[in-house]
Amino acid sequence: MITKDEVEHVGWLARIEIDEQDADSYAAHLNTVLEYFGQLDEVDTENVDPTYHVVDVVNVFREDVVTESLTQEEALGNTKSKQDGHFKAPKIM
Amino acid sequence: MSKAKWMSISKVRESIAASSSEEVTASYLDTISKSKINGYVTINEGAIARAQDIDKGKDGEGHDGILAGVPIAIKDNISTKGIQTTCSSKILQGYVPPYNAHVIERLLDAGAVILGKTNMDEFAMGTSTESSHYGTTLNPWDHERVPGGSSGGSAAVVAAGEAPISLGSDTGGSVRCPAAFCGVVGLKPTYGGISRYGLISYANSLEQIGPIATNVSDIATIMDVIGGHDPRDSTSINKEIAYRDSLVDDVSGLKIGVPDEYFGEGIDEGVEKAVWAAIQKFEDMGAAWEKVSMPHTKYALASYYIIAMSEASSNLARFDGTRYGLREEGENWHVMASRTRAKGFGEEVKRRILLGTYALSAGYHDKYYLKALKVRTLVKQDFDKALSNVDVLMAPTMPAPAFKIGEKIEDPLALYLTDVNTVPINLAGVPSISMPCGLVDGLPVGLQIIGNHFDESTIMRAAYSFEQNTDHLTKRPAGVE
Repeated sequence: MITKDEVEHVGWLARIEIDEQDADSYAAHLNTVLEYFGQLDEVDTENVDPTYHVVDVVNVFREDVVTESLTQEEALGNTKSKQDGHFKAPKIM
Repeated sequence: MSKAKWMSISKVRESIAASSSEEVTASYLDTISKSKINGYVTINEGAIARAQDIDKGKDGEGHDGILAGVPIAIKDNISTKGIQTTCSSKILQGYVPPYNAHVIERLLDAGAVILGKTNMDEFAMGTSTESSHYGTTLNPWDHERVPGGSSGGSAAVVAAGEAPISLGSDTGGSVRCPAAFCGVVGLKPTYGGISRYGLISYANSLEQIGPIATNVSDIATIMDVIGGHDPRDSTSINKEIAYRDSLVDDVSGLKIGVPDEYFGEGIDEGVEKAVWAAIQKFEDMGAAWEKVSMPHTKYALASYYIIAMSEASSNLARFDGTRYGLREEGENWHVMASRTRAKGFGEEVKRRILLGTYALSAGYHDKYYLKALKVRTLVKQDFDKALSNVDVLMAPTMPAPAFKIGEKIEDPLALYLTDVNTVPINLAGVPSISMPCGLVDGLPVGLQIIGNHFDESTIMRAAYSFEQNTDHLTKRPAGVE
């Protein structure tokens, strides 16, 4: 069972602010789904490898040459908060 | 004035030859302007100018691409340079991509004209299009019902004659479900068959872009344009498939597997009948069928949702208010991001991110995420085994026809359970096409034809043969010719 406190903690990990009054309803919804997920416990997965990708993923290399990319102006085109060609954000520390 | 109608690509091209792309495009925009189904989130203001350019061509003789001047609708999670792309979310309201997705580059090279961006469940998380920030799309067959999802807008606009063809994306059924609910054709290609470059990611190990159309031939034409290798997507596979060459009306000797598990508890009687009638029809046409067992099917749903939510919690971390989209105020970056995400994401998206974060967090990773990946192996082995004995699998796409708007949205788990027949295909990465195989109480039923990795040719041949020998694709919603 996920508790209200855990919901708030997970909300912090996921950077989603959760009001105290909402934490209860999230906990209830999440528990319903987690209970359903619990049915996987009955599957025997001893000696079964996990599948991260269905196709064989191989390293993709390219020549180290300069190619065309977005201009600084294009890259910054979707924000109002910029300065000297950089994204501007509130202090992080 | 123009009347809403189903048009194949070849019919559209005939119309363009007789008039112009500008005229055909204007006619679609007119139909869209009178629409009641809310299928589009954004209309491409440049559509007419683009059509005029195609009509003129570089040398004054028009464009000679296979889609020259043909209008198309694009799901709102596929990046279109200069056209707002929001994933039907508030957090991306106003976001205009500075580049095109790979599939858009290919479509534009072939001469296509983008009509607009279609409504979807927010970030493709849903089965009904009800979680869109911009309101739900209505099912053209019955306006009280959902069009399916998450590519509900893309399927609904094609069914309503508001676009001849469209693109959706399919993470756990998001092309096939709405195609089934709206009575049109939709393909989820093999994982790696189409570049995901420019597709805004939800669950990257599961999702593929897929076409939606009113007939099987158009699906092949679109795939010939958008399929194939792209070095910008490291999971894109270098395998050329000649989709149009597979359009052969012949299923003699085709071996069909019918998995009992896909006709399980909760299946609608009318759906079951329609799908069995389709399988019978294939037998009449010279195919043979046998039952196959896929014992891990019942665990696919839980495995799918754990993986999808875990991947989502990582993929959606980028929406933090720093570089694009909504930004709330906060005394430091963490508070700003937490408030932005609280306000910008809808309830279902938040639930999935929270569950995914939880499933990946210390102490729970092995219990949920790793376990789900192991179960995924077992589900995939079911497909490997079944498809080593038969050529294709057939099953209902959805266990029941379209449900009523509001019926399931308050109960997330009930909504997840409707995906029971579509998610195993994404876990295994195999291709699957959904096409109409009848009506139940006036609502379309989807037949799902599933094939082996990169064996789209066989499922397309089966689908094409079924289309040529039945009249299911002549049925249209009321008011559509």
